[in-house]
Amino acid sequence: MRVVIVGCGRVGAGVAERLARAGNEVTVVDVNSDAFGKLEPDFPGQAVRADGTEEDVLRRLGTEDADMFFALTEGDNRNVLAAQLASETFGVKQVVAKINDPVRAEAYTMLGIATICRTRLLIDALAQYSGLEADPGASGVRPATRHHDHSEANESEPQPVER
Amino acid sequence: MYIVVVGGGKVGYFLAKELLEAGHELVILEKNAGRARQIADELGSIVLNRDGCEGKHLAEAGANRAAIVAAVTGDDEDNLVVCQMAKHHFDVPRTIARVNNPKNESLFRHLGVDEIISPTRMALASIEQDIPVHELLHLADLKGGELQLLEAQIADDSPAVGRRATDIPLPDGCSLFVLLRGSSVQPIRAETVFEVGDKVLAISRAECEVQLRRELIGDSDSARSIAAAR
Repeated sequence: MRVVIVGCGRVGAGVAERLARAGNEVTVVDVNSDAFGKLEPDFPGQAVRADGTEEDVLRRLGTEDADMFFALTEGDNRNVLAAQLASETFGVKQVVAKINDPVRAEAYTMLGIATICRTRLLIDALAQYSGLEADPGASGVRPATRHHDHSEANESEPQPVER
Repeated sequence: MYIVVVGGGKVGYFLAKELLEAGHELVILEKNAGRARQIADELGSIVLNRDGCEGKHLAEAGANRAAIVAAVTGDDEDNLVVCQMAKHHFDVPRTIARVNNPKNESLFRHLGVDEIISPTRMALASIEQDIPVHELLHLADLKGGELQLLEAQIADDSPAVGRRATDIPLPDGCSLFVLLRGSSVQPIRAETVFEVGDKVLAISRAECEVQLRRELIGDSDSARSIAAAR
């Protein structure tokens, strides 16, 4: 399987490392080459210093042939942009964006992007640890609840966020 | 019309200013506190010191009753998220995004952003507005500044209107060489007659510029400092 990972932080480096060692063809990209220090010296994949939110960069990395794409930078919005480039421009089937703001994560699962929200994961883990019931929406990667349909501009039920 | 502007940089500031002058109701979301204060000092209390990428802040700004949300920060990803949140979460009929990387334009359109602003084009347009059309423009310095490439626009008060090139008294240190008229580009010949609206490209030694200005632009402007055109 070909996997492109944008963002080589702790999560990006860790998942790149594991997937590559399991025999996958992994490319990890980060704007800061220091970030690659988190990879083992014998990392069996490719590490590229570039901006993974740029279309040209993703094309150069062969994103259109990727089976899976993870957007795992520190910025929610950068992940959103990279993930939408991967799915919309390059047609990658399995795309996951890390979105730590729960409201934005929720919004984007409804816009057709699978998301992983560290905030909800941690809250749920700690809540369960303290004896509360698990939040069914919090664990793992949340699959997209609906596919992009750009011909229909409006959501059926617009829901203003009020928190 | 109620408009939410996200991002109070130069684009956001000038956009807000123009919209206010046109009589619209608006709010600016600017996450930098210092910048937010600065805009409030100049434009009044229309600034919320908030990150417009967050849904709750858009709600606070009244995005659900906005006719337009304009995301004009310096970061494309932020502008995209603001527009998508506005459109899909708040049902805003019209979203406008500033796009800094031109490659993102088509993606943004595809993802449902209604209008794209390219800052480069906007900056150029506002620069052009700032420069009076009857000025002599410095296009480039040649030979280390000894010679200058200049563009003169022939306005209706220019002494050159209706005159042949050969009849315009110019010193040896400068030469008119290309005429831009409408969409045509032609060499300037002795018999070329200048018309209002023509643009004339000239090469001039620095010391001949004053005379060139007098003949092509007119006396009224010659008092203005040459440096001001730079």
